[in-house]
Amino acid sequence: MADLKEQVLTTSGVNPLKCMRCGKCSGTCPSYDSMEYHPHQFVYMVEKGDIETLMKSESIYKCLSCFACIERCPRSVEPAKLVEAVRLTVIRQQGQNHLKPHQIPAMLDEELPQQAIVSAFRKYSK
Amino acid sequence: MRRIGVFVCHCGTNIAGTVDVKAVAETLGKEPAVVFSTDYPYMCSEAGQNIIKEAIKEHKLEGVVVCSCSPRMHEATFRKTVQAAGLNPYLLEVANIREQCSWIHKDKTEGTAKAIVLGRAAIAKVQLNTPLIAGESPVVKRALVIGGGIAGIQTALDIADAGYEVDIVEKQPTIGGKMTQIDKTFPTLDCSSCILTPKMVDCAQNEKITIYSYSEVEAVTGFVGNFSVKIRRKARYVDETKCTGCGVCTEKCPVKNVPNEYNLGMDNRHAAYIPFAQAIPNVAVIDAAHCNKFKTGKCGLCQKLCSAGAINYEQEDTIIEEKYGAIVAATGYNPISVDKYDEFAYSQSKDVVTSLEFERILKADGPTEGHLQRMSDGKQPKTIVFIQCVGSRDTSGCGKEYCSKICCMYTAKHAMYCREKYPDTEVYVFYIDVRTPGKNYDEFYRRAVEQYGVHYIKGMVGKVSPKADGTLHVQASDLISNEQLHISADMVVLAAAIEPDKSARPLATMLTASMDTNDFFTEAHAKLRPVESPTAGVFLSGVCQGPKDIPETVAQAGAAASKVIGLLAKNKLSCNPCVSQSNEAMCNGCSTCANVCPYGAITYEDKDFSRRKDGSMIRRVAVVNEAVCQGCGACTVACPSGAMDLKGFSTSQIMAEVDAICK
Repeated sequence: MADLKEQVLTTSGVNPLKCMRCGKCSGTCPSYDSMEYHPHQFVYMVEKGDIETLMKSESIYKCLSCFACIERCPRSVEPAKLVEAVRLTVIRQQGQNHLKPHQIPAMLDEELPQQAIVSAFRKYSK
Repeated sequence: MRRIGVFVCHCGTNIAGTVDVKAVAETLGKEPAVVFSTDYPYMCSEAGQNIIKEAIKEHKLEGVVVCSCSPRMHEATFRKTVQAAGLNPYLLEVANIREQCSWIHKDKTEGTAKAIVLGRAAIAKVQLNTPLIAGESPVVKRALVIGGGIAGIQTALDIADAGYEVDIVEKQPTIGGKMTQIDKTFPTLDCSSCILTPKMVDCAQNEKITIYSYSEVEAVTGFVGNFSVKIRRKARYVDETKCTGCGVCTEKCPVKNVPNEYNLGMDNRHAAYIPFAQAIPNVAVIDAAHCNKFKTGKCGLCQKLCSAGAINYEQEDTIIEEKYGAIVAATGYNPISVDKYDEFAYSQSKDVVTSLEFERILKADGPTEGHLQRMSDGKQPKTIVFIQCVGSRDTSGCGKEYCSKICCMYTAKHAMYCREKYPDTEVYVFYIDVRTPGKNYDEFYRRAVEQYGVHYIKGMVGKVSPKADGTLHVQASDLISNEQLHISADMVVLAAAIEPDKSARPLATMLTASMDTNDFFTEAHAKLRPVESPTAGVFLSGVCQGPKDIPETVAQAGAAASKVIGLLAKNKLSCNPCVSQSNEAMCNGCSTCANVCPYGAITYEDKDFSRRKDGSMIRRVAVVNEAVCQGCGACTVACPSGAMDLKGFSTSQIMAEVDAICK
């Protein structure tokens, strides 16, 4: 438990204690309704050390990495980095099955926005 | 060698808990110069002070060392004690064995050893102390108040009431400040103008008060009791002594499209204008930047129409110079610019307004004559969303780190007003925390919720999007029900953070008064001297010192006035004798000391050092004005030739302390 929290804090570089619980991250999140745990809950649950629940939740894949929560947080907490850190923790436990650059061209959809490709690569290539 | 007495204080257990005070007294008693050494539980008590007084007489002491708390706390106390026993008060040294020793050490052996070292240093220093006598300087019995808002007005009225002359300098054409723009005041909902304008009139009619409106402080020199201030009276192109305030010029002026400051640019005024009906002084101003006469040379209509012959296009700025004993800063605040917050769409929609703009909409002399209307289409809004903490408590760099303090209450007031006057309006308030400390404040906020049915939602708005149908789509989080809300609003009101007026920083530089990183003036002591600046003779009133509401501002304004009155009531001020002095034999007139002096205390004079046979030898040497010098010591460090020395803290005294510590 404690190790997982430590790992998430280290990989994300986020200090959840900076959060003043205003909820602007969740107010701004475009993926809110498809997420089981919302950005502000990520911050609070990581602070409490409740990482395993987040790792099991689909929420970590529903985050669009649009970084609106990071952009608008008045305390510079950066919730999206926590989502990404939890996701990385899952990926690391699954072994080295992450995305390789050469796999991407075959998977490309013409309509896919450039930003989404970059985000996907960032998500799955670590 | 002087005969020294050492007095070690226990401060209850504050010192005695981590320092073996008996051992300290005993060890220091063996120092060569020490002829008497003792300890006592509370040296500052009457009994403790009597021990010192008796020892001075009995042992014929020539210097006293008290090992106790910080000199900031009780140096003045013990100076009086030794003076009462016939010793010069500056033959006392305080060894700080509390803040710098017992409070920061846990180990008693270490603490005791350090206390002994600090005591030795004080003994070494007091050997070299010279008896000092405080000088005196006269007090000019006139005060200057900078800023004519409610803070400045109240301070000026209170000072004038005590019988002293006061000048108010206000940069706007009228006094009154922000309070003139406000409709009602919480928590009693008094009409703001009704309680303010009589005070403005009192200022104008009080023979002790002079109002310099449309004026700014340009330079400040001098020191406590004797400041000299240059005030720039900006040309208003209207002779104040002739203008009757009839308003003909302001009505007939053909330039009608100048954004009206009083209504925060929500409507327009003429180039010739009087800010509002109750303006003091009730004198027109011509805005040269927009006036046709100034821009093209053609027009002059106001001059033709003015029956008093008050219009004077040739008027120029004038500078007046006046002497003051005390200066009060009352420069106030402004809401921050919310343009940086793109997500709230302030610059995209006229129906997203700041709280002060909303206040103007509600007030009878505002752009909508007091009718609650959208600025875009004049329709009455049915759904209003208030967003709190816009730019307050914000460490992201867009806003301010502090809480602006007044927003929770005025938002409750606005929300309540909407529900009272327009009961078919749905009102939402998004809050992070509702902060309502203050008499009858929380009750007021609860009334908004319980009696008026305002929807208070714990959460923040993430985004406001203007829609094609003129509504504003508000996306927000409701943290308690853990859901994201989507509200179709007609109007959004932003409780923008407040920040000190931009004129405060340059003023602080002129006054050599210190400021914090947010440009609020710093008080001399956060708890015990809240209305005084650390710079002697400069006092603080209102929001320029920190966010506060009207009742607090008025209370602080009165407190500042009482401090000013206390100063002006004195005929002479005794100066701190621990000031710099220049050794003329060593000074080479290089100006380094004057350049580093933060108080402007150092000047130069050409002095004749000619001896009879050598002929003329005139050298430029530094001269310290002892009334201005605050004894900071910057010059003594900067002086390349070692000519500057601080009385009471001379280089030789400090080296003696260092030697004693390193021995």
